Amino acid sequence: MSLASIPQNSRLGRTLSVLRDVMSRPSGAVGLCLVVFHLILAVISPYIAPFDYRTMNAAMMLTGPDGVHFLGTDHLGRDVFSRTIQGGREAILVTGIATPIAVAWGGLVGIFFGLIGGRVDEVMMRFVDAFLSLPWILKMLVLIVTFGTGIEVLIPTLAFFYGIPVIRIARAATHDVVARDFVAAARARGHSRMTIMRKELLPNVLDALMVEGAMRWSWMLLAFSSLSFLGFGVSPPTPDWGLMIADARGFMSFAPWGVLGPVIALSTLIIGINLTADALAKALGIDRAQKAPV
Amino acid sequence: MTDTPVIQLSDLSIGFTGRAGYTLPVLRNIDLTVRPGESIGLVGESGSGKSTVALAAMGYLKRGLRVLNGRATFEGHDMFALNRKELESLRGGHLALIPQNSGQSLTPTLRIGAQLTEALRLHSRLDPSQFSARVLELLGQVRLPDPQAITRRYPHELSGGQQQRVAIAMALAGEPRALLLDEPTTGLDVTTQAHILELLRDLARETGMAMVYVSHDLGAIARVCDRVVVMYAGEVVMEGSARQVLTAPTHPYARGLLASIPKLSDPHLPMALGGRPPAPGGAGDGCAFVDRCALASDLCRTSRPMLAPGPGGAPVRCHHADRADTLPMTSTGDHAARAEVGTAPVLSLQDLEIRYSKPGILDRLRGLQDTRPATVDDITITIAKGETLGLVGESGSGKSTILKTIAGLLPPAGGEIRFDGDAPLPRSVEQRGPDHLRRIQLIFQNPDDSLNPRHTIAEILEQPLKLYFGLSGTALQDRCVEILERVRLGGHYLDRLPSQLSGGEKQRVAVARAFAANPDLVLCDEVTSALDVSVQAAVLELLNDLKAAQGTTYVFVSHDLAVVRALSDRVAVLYQGRLCEIGPSAEVYALPSHPYTEVLLGAVLEPDPDTAPKLTADDVIELSPPAKGCPFQRRCPRKIGAKCDTDTPPWQTRDDGHAIRCHIPLDDLHRQQQADS
Repeated sequence: MSLASIPQNSRLGRTLSVLRDVMSRPSGAVGLCLVVFHLILAVISPYIAPFDYRTMNAAMMLTGPDGVHFLGTDHLGRDVFSRTIQGGREAILVTGIATPIAVAWGGLVGIFFGLIGGRVDEVMMRFVDAFLSLPWILKMLVLIVTFGTGIEVLIPTLAFFYGIPVIRIARAATHDVVARDFVAAARARGHSRMTIMRKELLPNVLDALMVEGAMRWSWMLLAFSSLSFLGFGVSPPTPDWGLMIADARGFMSFAPWGVLGPVIALSTLIIGINLTADALAKALGIDRAQKAPV
Repeated sequence: MTDTPVIQLSDLSIGFTGRAGYTLPVLRNIDLTVRPGESIGLVGESGSGKSTVALAAMGYLKRGLRVLNGRATFEGHDMFALNRKELESLRGGHLALIPQNSGQSLTPTLRIGAQLTEALRLHSRLDPSQFSARVLELLGQVRLPDPQAITRRYPHELSGGQQQRVAIAMALAGEPRALLLDEPTTGLDVTTQAHILELLRDLARETGMAMVYVSHDLGAIARVCDRVVVMYAGEVVMEGSARQVLTAPTHPYARGLLASIPKLSDPHLPMALGGRPPAPGGAGDGCAFVDRCALASDLCRTSRPMLAPGPGGAPVRCHHADRADTLPMTSTGDHAARAEVGTAPVLSLQDLEIRYSKPGILDRLRGLQDTRPATVDDITITIAKGETLGLVGESGSGKSTILKTIAGLLPPAGGEIRFDGDAPLPRSVEQRGPDHLRRIQLIFQNPDDSLNPRHTIAEILEQPLKLYFGLSGTALQDRCVEILERVRLGGHYLDRLPSQLSGGEKQRVAVARAFAANPDLVLCDEVTSALDVSVQAAVLELLNDLKAAQGTTYVFVSHDLAVVRALSDRVAVLYQGRLCEIGPSAEVYALPSHPYTEVLLGAVLEPDPDTAPKLTADDVIELSPPAKGCPFQRRCPRKIGAKCDTDTPPWQTRDDGHAIRCHIPLDDLHRQQQADS
């Protein structure tokens, strides 16, 4: 409570105090650890993997976990452990690029409609609603089938689809801010619409966008893995959790380790992101009830 | 009257444990005794702990707070030793609290009758068959007209004052022996407030219950309380009869507080109380008030004064209480350098008409005109250079709406705004040129809302400087510091965020931002109503000094007639978006007055136990102006007949520019009003 504890640079001080708040919450601490663990693993896994992920071994097909193959081998005799720890690289890379793009474009469009309001805003939001009411996998498959798979298609596709719900969040958050007097003050001074968006609205919507971004990231990871699972994502032999689950699914009854590794990896990352997002929302004082449906 | 206290706080200290581990007291050694039938006023500024005291008397502590010492009892029950169930049976029953904005805390989906029945079911021992009769009795007790009809209404169908009355009726349902009121009239219009206070006064007399009245408003306290306790920084600094505290206070803070209140009887600016109260727990070993006290000596810095009988016998917490009477209690008026008023008009409004409603799409297709009366209509005012025009009226009178229209934020439906003799100003801000934008600046009511919470003070001040003057680099930096110093803040504020500033400091930043543009016309929208009185006085003084230095013209909107009087050269009174009266402030505040001005002036509460408000009109809130005739026809205590309902009253102008819009000839009006006062 004491004013003396506030550091000189207030903005840095706020960032630090939010980070401290996130870490002081059990969900934030666990979540952030999981996320950081996965990020580090994604970077260093090629150097620490005990086996090459491509090396097949016809003599060692579907063997159970032992001292050499910690998670056993798959139907081609490849080391499941080595493939699991590297299986998130592609997913994290693609979603890690697509998420900021989605938040940026969705956020800007949302802030714009939130600012102008009125009929245009209403009509646009009905379009957004209509779009969101279609099953995502259908929409995505249309694009992927048309343009083919691969990173250069997946990143824009994911960024496009996941930016649309961000529009809703950004618009709702902007609506709360637009009514406040500092926006009226900026208008009365004669600032342009662009300046008002950038200087007055964006800083106040950023918190909501950050939380939303974290949530979008976890959804996107799931979507990416689902696409891989269906065979529209990463192509073999690149290790990928979704693809690995798809491959090992048939042997699940007698060789469950093939599914277990990637499932645990994928779920820990997604849970980690969700926990962090929750803690971040609480630390920033954002009401998650206003979260739009996916 | 028996002598067993109803509520007793003895040596009560409440505090919280900070992050660093040490305990900070929020209340220190509070002793308070409330006897049956007594009305006690707890006065203090925000952060003084007055609400915490009231809640502690209910056995309630805000999150994080705990009792450090002492006890609170209600009729002998130790409130902090009771379990949940026992507390529940006391609260709302024999001990009731009316919180701030309680009128708005009624359940919106339940009819008034159902809500009161619910309160009776919980807190009274009556047989359910008697509930409906008791509900009517309660509504009658709080002087609501036609209780039967009220029971069937929903809260949103009642005015603010009526809602507040229902909230009081609910508190009375349990036949309380003590009633705690936390700022019960804050946020209500002056006339409504005066009516509610009269009601509370009568209720206390009729029922013999004890009341603890928490307020920052000494005028309200003067009206309802027998005894007044003045709090500062979590301590009781003075206690005594209302007369003693309000007319001969012996504590320097109490004197300063009284001096900082603008009074109707005093046309000068109130005196500001410098400095700010210590942060919770921030008071050192000495007196908590030492940094703001004119009498402070070395003794005050090292030793904390005890609450001891001072001159006149009332307990006071001051080492120098015997010298307190040397401090002024009313403003001296010598610091109020008034700016020269020129003759050239800066702003003229011609037949200004503003509408919030637009004709529906069907009506527009059929080419129909909107026949509903406009929100604001027929406003013609000319403001001279260097003049301060006060715009007064109750909520909904359209005073802020007019400011927004002048600023271009709300395009008018008709009429013209001329600025500095030029061609009419473009209607909306987007069409105005940069020079006009710079020369008209707006200051808002609440700095928490008008300063972007994510911008540092430097960024806030840079905006107008970059936009209008294209400053950058060190020139920009220097100018920011210079502007901050002009509003008596220093360069060390530049890196702070608004949330790290006190309310008064924030409003100074808002003032600084407006003056950074070097404006000719500053529109002030209730700029002090979110501030504490002592801070309000300082902001008023600042506005007056800036004006004197720069020859700025002000349009000053406020619901507080005393504040307007202290600052304005001319005053315009608005009712339902129509002008009732306009003229030099001395004339507007003297007789003859428009009947509405008379009602407003009569309802003003002065911090003086001897003046009673004169309540001549009902506290009805009208939602829209009448279609024809005088806008005040429905509430006017001097209505002369059908003429008022049908004909628009004429302007009656006197030589000094004082104009009243009324059907009653001014001489008659004057005679009537003199006879009544």
